[in-house]
Order: sequence, then C-alpha cells, then structure tokens
Amino acid sequence: MKELNVMVVGVGGQGTLLTSRIIGKTALKMGLDVKLSEVHGMAQRGGSVVTFVRMGEKIAEPVVEEGYADILISFEKLEAKRYAHFLKKDGIIIVNDCEIKPMPVVIGVDTYPENIIENLSKEHKVYVIDGAKVSKDLGNPKVLNSVVLGLAAKYIGFEKEEWLKVVEETVPSKTIETNKKAFNMGYGE
Amino acid sequence: MDKKIIMLGNEAIARGAYEAGVKVSSAYPGTPSTEISEYLAKYDDVYTEWAPNEKVALEVAIGASYSGVRSLSCMKHVGLNVASDPLYTFSYTGVKGGSVIVVADDPGLASSQNEQDTRMIARSAHVPVLEPSDSNEAKDFVKIAFDISEKYDTPVILRTTTKLSHSQGVVDLVDRVEVEDVEYQRDVKKHVMMPASAIGRHLVVEDRENRLANDSNDLTINVATYDDKDIGFITSGICYQYVREAFPNASVLKLGLVNPLPKNLILEFAKNVKKVYVIEELEPVIEEQVKSWGVEVFGKDLFTKQGEYSANLLRKVILGNDGKVFDTEKVPARPPILCSGCPHRSVFSVLNKLKIHAAGDIGCYTLGAVAPLSVIDTTVCMGASISVLHGIEKAKGKDFIKNWVAVIGDSTFLHTGVNSLINMVYNKSTATVMILDNRTTGMTGHQEHAATGKTLKGEQTYAIDLANLCKAIGVPNVIEINSFDVDGLEKAIKESVNSDVLTVIIAKAPCALLKGQVFNYRCVADAEKCKKCGMCMKIGCPSITKNADGTINIDSASCNGCGLCVNYCKFNAINKVER
Repeated sequence: MKELNVMVVGVGGQGTLLTSRIIGKTALKMGLDVKLSEVHGMAQRGGSVVTFVRMGEKIAEPVVEEGYADILISFEKLEAKRYAHFLKKDGIIIVNDCEIKPMPVVIGVDTYPENIIENLSKEHKVYVIDGAKVSKDLGNPKVLNSVVLGLAAKYIGFEKEEWLKVVEETVPSKTIETNKKAFNMGYGE
Repeated sequence: MDKKIIMLGNEAIARGAYEAGVKVSSAYPGTPSTEISEYLAKYDDVYTEWAPNEKVALEVAIGASYSGVRSLSCMKHVGLNVASDPLYTFSYTGVKGGSVIVVADDPGLASSQNEQDTRMIARSAHVPVLEPSDSNEAKDFVKIAFDISEKYDTPVILRTTTKLSHSQGVVDLVDRVEVEDVEYQRDVKKHVMMPASAIGRHLVVEDRENRLANDSNDLTINVATYDDKDIGFITSGICYQYVREAFPNASVLKLGLVNPLPKNLILEFAKNVKKVYVIEELEPVIEEQVKSWGVEVFGKDLFTKQGEYSANLLRKVILGNDGKVFDTEKVPARPPILCSGCPHRSVFSVLNKLKIHAAGDIGCYTLGAVAPLSVIDTTVCMGASISVLHGIEKAKGKDFIKNWVAVIGDSTFLHTGVNSLINMVYNKSTATVMILDNRTTGMTGHQEHAATGKTLKGEQTYAIDLANLCKAIGVPNVIEINSFDVDGLEKAIKESVNSDVLTVIIAKAPCALLKGQVFNYRCVADAEKCKKCGMCMKIGCPSITKNADGTINIDSASCNGCGLCVNYCKFNAINKVER
C-alpha cells in the first residue's frame, strides 16, 4: 500500500477516537508506518471531533489535509457534510445514519441541513449504515463503532482476520464477542 | 527490549522521561500538556504529582534537581508564564540532577486564551530549547535534553505544540537507565541568588550559552539534508513534517535545538541552496536571528504569524495552489457546550435570570459566556476573575458592582485565586465571589487537585476545605450551597451583591462526568402539558430539543436527571422520574 489517508469524524462521545486507534493498530500490524492525530478536551463538551489516520511506507505529517482524504468515516450526518471537502476527487464516504443537532440548531439560530446523504452522493461515493439499528439488534448499542468500522474495513483493505484480532485486543473483554459480531455485520458478505 | 508501538506524543514524552531515569515530576494540568503526567504516573519508578500551579511545580522540580536527581515539570505555554519566576533564576543557578521543563504551546488555540511562543521566553531566560517533530523524537529528545542539562549546567525546555502532543506515531521502546544521584553539596554561590551570587552566575549563563551555541553546530539533532538545491527550508518541530509532506524533494535544515541556534550550520546551508524559506509557526524567532547574520530568507513576509501551519498552506504560498478539490460547505457550527447535568449551567441560569455580569476565569465554566446562557464578561488568565472584579470595584465604586460577581472554579481557585481573595479581604472589597466547586479539574479531563482528597497516583490524601480556607483568609461571609438549589442561589446572590459585606458563595455539586456516580432519575417532558414556551430551552441543555410540533423532547440517554429544567417549566410539563 503506497499511502492511505482516513478520517474518522463525529460528535464528542461517539467513539471516533477508539475507531481510529483500531485502524491505526491494524495498519501497524501489517507493517506500515502509521500516524494519527486527534482533538482532545473539547470533544467531551459535545463538539465536533476529527481524527486522522494515515498509513503508508513513511508518513510525514500526522494530519490529512483538504483534498487528500481517501476515506471519510463519519458517525453523524452533519459532520460528514462538514468534512466532505477533505476528500480526494475519488474519495469515499462511509456514514452512520445518525442525526445529532448542534446547539445553534437546538436553540433555533440555525437549521439542520436536509437531504445530506443524497446531496453528498451527487459528488462522492457514499456508503450508508444504520449503526444504531444493527447494534440494537445485537443487543448492545455500544458496539455501534464496530459496525461502522466493519464497513470501513472493507474499503481500507487488510484481511478481515487481522481486523478482528485488533478488535479483540482493544475492546473490553466482556464485549469481545458482540463487537466481533458487530464488525462482521458491518463488513457484510 | 525491542518493541514498536503507536504512542501519543505526550505519552512518548512520558516514556522518554521514564527511560531517562527521571525520579521526580511535578505539573499542573493544561491542554495540550496534561497527558504527560497522566502517563508518567503509571510508572512506579517515577514520583509524579499534580501541584496547585505551575510555579509550585517547577519549584518542586528545582528542589529535586538541587538534591541530585533528574526532575521534570510539565505545563502548557501560559503555564510557563506562571512558572516564569523560578524559570529565570533556575537558569542562573543551573542544575545538579538534570532538569527538563516540558512546555506545550497551542498555535491554533485548540484550548487556550492566547497563542504565545515559548521560544521567546526561553531566549529571554537563556534556556536551551529542543523541539521534536514526531512521537519517537519526542521520546528521544527528552533524554538528549537531560544530557544537555547536565553537560551545560542548565534547565532545558522541551517544546511541543498541540499537533505533536496530540498526534500519534510509531515509537521504539527501550529500557530505563538508572542514573546515579549527584551528591548534594551546599553551594551558596550557585544556589542562593543574592546579588553577590547572581553577578557571578550571570557570567556562567552567558558563557554556557556561547559554548552550547558553538557546540550546536555538531549536534546530531540539527541535520541538513540536501536534494533539490533550488529550494531550501530551515524548520523545526511539527513544521518539519509539513515541509516534508509538501516538498518531499527539497533541501531541508531540520533544527532539533532551536535555542541557541547553530549559526555556522545555518550559514552553510543558506550558501548551498538558492532560495531559503524559514518555516516556523507564531513568532519569527529563527527568521530574525538568521536575518541579523546577513542571510536573505523568506518567512513572515509570506507566512502568517497566526495559528497552525499545514502542508496545504505551504503549497498555496510557495506553489500557488493546494490540493483542495471540493469547496467547503457552509454548515451549522457545533461549538463545545456545557454537558447535560453540568452544575455550572444551574449557576449561570440564575445569574442570567438576575442579569448579573461575571468576571470569569479559566475552566469549563468559561463556556458560560456563550449563548444561550451568555453570562461572563471577562476572562483573562487563571485566578484573574477575583482580582479583576476587585479592580472594577476600586475603579468605579461599590454601587457599580451591585450586579457583578466573580466566578471561579475549585481547581482554578487553588491555582491562583487564593491570593486574589486575600487582596479582596486586605483591601476591603464588598464584592461577591462564587467558587464553582465541581470536585475536579474539569476542562483538562478530570484531574485531582488539593481539595479532592486524592493524589495524581490515586492515593488518599488531605482534602482542603474551601469554606474553611476562605474563612481563614478573613472572608466575613462564606456560604456553601448546592449548585442545583436555584431558589437558594438566587436568594444568596441577590443578598450578597446588595450588601457591603465581602461574600464567597461556594456552589457545590460534582461534575456530571465524574465516574462512580449513579443517576437514578431522568427528566421527562409531557407533550400534552407542554405549552411550547421555550423557557426550558433557555438553559441550553444539549438533552433538550424540540419535536417537529414544537413540543419539548428530553433525550433519555444523555439526560442524567439533574432536574434543572424542572425549575424553569411554569406548567409542570417536565418531571423527574426514576430510571
């Protein structure tokens, strides 16, 4: 793999950090140089969260810049729209079908955009997943991250088994089986 | 041990301190430096503590150094301002055991009140500065910093920025070295900075800086790489990565030591390349020195002093275009807000209702300045809330502050608020000070402090009683009240702002995110009783949203049942129910 630039975005508390770390660990296992960057502190206060995961032979800066993202993984629709302009011409979007209204919208000084996914699909290849529904069906809403990760993993590459090994090493031991099932659901096939 | 692992920059710095044989570390939380101490605390071989402020932290490290062991102190850039008094004199006395001060700057203002450049302070204090460009270097540079500290008898600053501290990269772990303690010796000329001693030490400072400046030309951490000689970059830190990303084939002089600068190395590099750019965020520290040596370089005439740089910025300025393909879309902002159940929201809702101005301070509660709570008029630096309000009273008189309070957090109060309160007592203030005691240092990620009863390592310890402390200082009226008692708060605030008696109101309730709490209730809105008046929305709680028909919905997953909204519904449409 020459170089792959992945972004994981969402709202503080959705688990974007954990997802990006699993991606990073898997890439490292596969022998690649890896750099990640994340935004701390404000994340817990319901703000927008962005993580970058870069993998390749030798990575310089730890951020993905506008126009250089291969894959944008978003846990929330508005954040997918907010960061779509980071994509390369043929970059892809993996989006969890979830809507969390930001404070300006809640108090009525702004509106939540409509038809986000339809509009994004006009300029980019978009893969949608209802992470909440899948994880609810599995009996644990907290494995939503693994569902989305599973879908993303298909487009990032690497053997499914390598991903599952890292998921196993990273999630709380009691949740390993459910998380692996969630990952497989997202991965499909 | 041969192990490759992905590490956060701050984690790598902590690992570097461990590998370097550090025995004592003291710090105060501050984004983006906080995690260093949290990771370092995991090593049993290192004593790690939270101090009430950065001045104390550095002084603790100084003491450890004087006694002969390697010591560390960590802070953010504005924290160095607080520690500047000991810093400048530590530079004179020098060290016994090596001492490294990790300072994390915040260009781009991820979470700070300014974007000052630590290298300027270091130059002023004559303290060497090392600047790593990735996690592995961050780890290695800590050890090199200690070597320089001991060889040149000086504290050394390891400077990082947010991007480096909070990014992760691959690191090679090695074993810890056990450094022998240096024997303690009384040395008045070195450690007691009376004028007679300081005169002699100032000469030592100048001499060692000259020697290091000379030796810096041979340091392996300053390295010139030649490729395309039409374009050359002089750079350091994370900026080196932006240069490498945007110009992989350019010639680069990468500086690991940014104070003092390796003059000969720089002059030689400039001679060997056609056009030289100096790439540094914030101040033109490198650029101005290089220009003073008669070298023509391009720097702040092309590149901004504001914020973070990026590979795209370099591409845009030098090549005329970045790689951006798609336009940025205009979307609603998602600003950080107080969490659901935050006790600060309760206090601010009362202050908002009473239309009271607040001289504010640094912490989660600074978020009370934004809509819809919109309280807080001023925020300058740690502890300033109390002193600023005092200044306002002395300038405009006690009637002017009849609708003002000072608002300060528990950790902030112990950081530097105490002295300000002493000033109020001593200089006869009539003000009202509110200490928002949520039992944690919140904004930086919930760290312990001197009033929580636990140390950084999780051990039980004495917990300062804030009310007793205020009384001991001489505050005549000290009130303790539950942060969610809105009626009690309103009464207490009204009474005290209208009285001439200096009052401290300590509003107490734990931070909503503190672990170990059990939330037995949640709030539920009755759509049938809801009159869609929007009063409950005025408190800005993220769990409260509007349904399509305008009635209120309270998200059961995020609501922790604090019950604040119940107070604001005049139609009894919101009730607390058991989970």
